[in-house]
Amino acid sequence: MLKKQFNYGTAICTAFEYLLEKYPEVFVIGQGLWSPWYVGNSMTDLDKKFGVERVIDTPVAESACTGAAVGASLAGMKPIVVHPRMDFMLYAIDPIVNQAAKWSHMFGGQANPGLTVRGIINRGGEQGAQHSQALHAWFSHVPGLRVVMPSTVADARDLLIASVLCNDPVVYIDDRWLYDQEDELPPLVELDLTLQGPMVTQTGSDVTIVASGHASLLAREAYKQLIDKDISAEVIDIRVLNPLNVDSIVKSVKKTRRLVVVDSGWLSAGFSAEVLASVVERLPVNLLRSCPIRVALPNASAPTSRVLEQAYYTSTIDVVDAVKKMFD
Amino acid sequence: MKNQLESLSNPEAFQSPIEIENFDRDTLVRMLTTMIMIRKTEKQLALGRKNGLIGGPVHLGAGQEAIAVGVSEYLRKTDRVFGAHRSHSHLLALNPDFYRLFAEVLGKETGFSKGMGGSMHLFDQPSGFYGSVPIVAGTVSLAVGAAIAAKLQDSDDIGVAYMGDGALEEGVVHESLNLSKIQNAPMLFVIENNLFASHMHISLRQPSDMVARFAQANDIPYEVVDGNDVVSVSKAANRLIDDIRLGKGPRFLELVTYRWYGHVDWRDDVDVGVKRSLTDINNWKARDPIARLTAAMIATGLWSQHQTEKINQRLDNEIDKAWNKAINDPYPSLDSTLKHVYSN
Repeated sequence: MLKKQFNYGTAICTAFEYLLEKYPEVFVIGQGLWSPWYVGNSMTDLDKKFGVERVIDTPVAESACTGAAVGASLAGMKPIVVHPRMDFMLYAIDPIVNQAAKWSHMFGGQANPGLTVRGIINRGGEQGAQHSQALHAWFSHVPGLRVVMPSTVADARDLLIASVLCNDPVVYIDDRWLYDQEDELPPLVELDLTLQGPMVTQTGSDVTIVASGHASLLAREAYKQLIDKDISAEVIDIRVLNPLNVDSIVKSVKKTRRLVVVDSGWLSAGFSAEVLASVVERLPVNLLRSCPIRVALPNASAPTSRVLEQAYYTSTIDVVDAVKKMFD
Repeated sequence: MKNQLESLSNPEAFQSPIEIENFDRDTLVRMLTTMIMIRKTEKQLALGRKNGLIGGPVHLGAGQEAIAVGVSEYLRKTDRVFGAHRSHSHLLALNPDFYRLFAEVLGKETGFSKGMGGSMHLFDQPSGFYGSVPIVAGTVSLAVGAAIAAKLQDSDDIGVAYMGDGALEEGVVHESLNLSKIQNAPMLFVIENNLFASHMHISLRQPSDMVARFAQANDIPYEVVDGNDVVSVSKAANRLIDDIRLGKGPRFLELVTYRWYGHVDWRDDVDVGVKRSLTDINNWKARDPIARLTAAMIATGLWSQHQTEKINQRLDNEIDKAWNKAINDPYPSLDSTLKHVYSN
């Protein structure tokens, strides 16, 4: 019998269905939830299946809707706020950073806002500077937030469920450039998000490539191309960016003695810098066989024109070239 | 500036005893005692701040006690109340445990927020006080969410957001009013319009002194009441809260008042307060919600000066003891800073 194939988008939808079916305290709030335009195939017909009271399409009010989710979580609900473009989510920085992230700490651990904020990175298509940003590094800077970036079909489902079931505020970031990946889904298990972290997705011995989100997909594709060039790469998908546990990355680099970090954000003060620093400061002096490399976006906003876009965004070839340089 | 509040914002008006109408004696005594307790607690905090025993800022609300006391008269422990930077009274009206407030403001682990919050971050969810924070308007949308949750939970509990007139200048309040209305959320917006945001008089910040115009704009029923009259406040709160519990959607209560102290700490701030004069302060002190209730109760034979003295004596004694106890309480352990970042 043929197993059902899922793609990244339908895997997310499966997670929503599971959560709304099993947990009456789960509800979803955000812009575009009753429309096919905003969230791809990741939330199709949820409003029809579970009712518009629990799948709430909202006024154009990112801040109040996110704050409302924080308040609802304090009142025993498990809300998911959806921001169909991560750029729009910047209107909601106060409830995320000032309120949710600090609530437990400010009040001595007596209450925890267990909400999930889903931000969708939606690059390309000549959408330009304000429909494209990957701001995971910002949120990873803030103590109290858990930041999750699934890059595989299974993680798209399982990390969403784990995020919603977690008692802490979680920023779950998915990338529309991942939606076409297809895979079978393993049986569903409820993961404890606090036990999740970086995962070796391909094993190798010559170089460690670390990435998250869409950059992890590039790393996995680069892995295949590098085999043809007789380079054995080990690929690690970070999955959980905050709090960051680099144990498995350090272990891998001690073996391969080469480190490349690929990131879908900007280079300057970016997440690639955090990974590189956290790993390198734990390595013995002189262990690395070549200088570590970061592959990330140049310090410029996303352009619109397709020619500029193509040059701006990181491609698999960029990752392959960066790795090859280490062996020149 | 348009004076839509008319005489409500006139410091020389409303100085006579309040109308206590058919309120029963027990309720009046309870409200009076709570107001006196809050006043005395804040006086102690002012003193503690002045003499350096309190390390952080305290935003005192002396003069505004009738608001929290009147509104809380109709709240339950299962309601979801959120405050802001000036929230001592909001908490004490729900839980009169001034000892834990002292401990919190002194940074002690026995405090309401386990010594992690201080005056500006107060928490007592078991009594319905979900939290207060010093980001102006920071909790307004949270209260709306807690109200939406009450609806989803099929309860008739309500969300309450206390805010000042300055908060109405924040965009998120307008998002919250709109969202609460469109969601028919069981939500009470309580605006303490004390005519000032920090040092700035409302005439320098808004084109009208009545913020209820924003309720009107969002088709939310509202009342505008003398905030220094605890009977009027509680009657208005009662009407609005009844409607909210019946599922009629959000309500908005604007209460006109004045704070005796400056924006922060114990000073008068006449030198830094734009449009804040000693004459105004003294007039507003004559519009004292405690004195006006006391006078009304004495005039109707429900109360005597002697009884006020007895209450004063008892509270002074209890507050003194609680303060000294809190002073000697332990600070949080050093691992507290890292311990509460996440839930486990």
